Amino acid sequence: MSIFSYLLPKKEKSASVAKERLQIIVARERSTRGGPDYLPQLQEELLMVVRKYVPVDQDAVNVQMDRESGCEILELNITLPEQE
Amino acid sequence: MTKIVVVTSGKGGVGKTTTSAALATGLAQRGHKTTVIDFDVGLRNLDLIMGCERRVVYDLVNVINGDANLKQGLIKDKRVEDLYILPASQTRDKDALTLEGIEKVLDGLKEMGMEYIICDSPAGIEKGALTAAYFADEAVVVTNPEVSSVRDSDRILGILSSKTRKAEQGEGDIPARLLLTRYSPERVESGQMLSVEDVKEILAIDLLGVIPESQAVLNASNAGSPVILDRESDAGQAYDDSVARFLGETREHRFLTSAKKGLFGRLFGG
Repeated sequence: MSIFSYLLPKKEKSASVAKERLQIIVARERSTRGGPDYLPQLQEELLMVVRKYVPVDQDAVNVQMDRESGCEILELNITLPEQE
Repeated sequence: MTKIVVVTSGKGGVGKTTTSAALATGLAQRGHKTTVIDFDVGLRNLDLIMGCERRVVYDLVNVINGDANLKQGLIKDKRVEDLYILPASQTRDKDALTLEGIEKVLDGLKEMGMEYIICDSPAGIEKGALTAAYFADEAVVVTNPEVSSVRDSDRILGILSSKTRKAEQGEGDIPARLLLTRYSPERVESGQMLSVEDVKEILAIDLLGVIPESQAVLNASNAGSPVILDRESDAGQAYDDSVARFLGETREHRFLTSAKKGLFGRLFGG
């Protein structure tokens, strides 16, 4: 770090950006891990259906499979965009 | 009792073969009879890193197919006692690598009294990588402090927890430890590189060692001599520490901070 860099505007360090991005993507990929193979496709098709009616992001549909005392729960989360 | 160790990473070019060579050599140096197997069918390179490329006559696929017996396939290292190399085949037919075939080879090595079998996995998550990991008792996950490598390592950890024989038999996850390679303390200190703590936190596994970015690694591969044999080098010493930890010794992690600069360097250095 040279003396001149103190005079320049501070940019966010790239390592912390990397860490944040990794934490998010890794958490997302872990959530689908170990679930049935059809989950990604189910998510994709649900997204297509929702998009027929509401314009939503790629991340708007979240599908998760949980196991609780012998029964499986399919958890479905759809985030709709805020109304203009 | 033979221990089978897979050296894996998902991503290519992060140092799996360098690590496999160093780990196997370090174990053999400590008197443990060790074989290191190259699973990268079609792209063999362990022979070059170990410096035995001109002594390859038979390979893993030859041994599996019965064209050669195990003793003919194994190359005995000329520098270190108790160290053997089983090279991969250059044939493009990856289907030759069957689980039954590999199991037979591993059983043969056990009968020979190997204490450690190091499986150098190919990159990716295809059949070759799955085959290398399947019989493992333990894993070393090689990772660079860089986003794609960390993500791929996490992916591999997921695969290790479900696709090994132990996992299939319900014996649970095999122990997996992190080896962080190409680490540059200067760049970590200036905020340009993920720190060892960052990577540990994201992957949530135990740390086996940190290998600093070092000219010695390229020199070693140029010469065909595992970098752990270069006792003067930082990377060689870091690998030696890692092997000691692998065997249960407690050793302080070294080479995690940059050499301190003087006042002049701090004012005007990059």
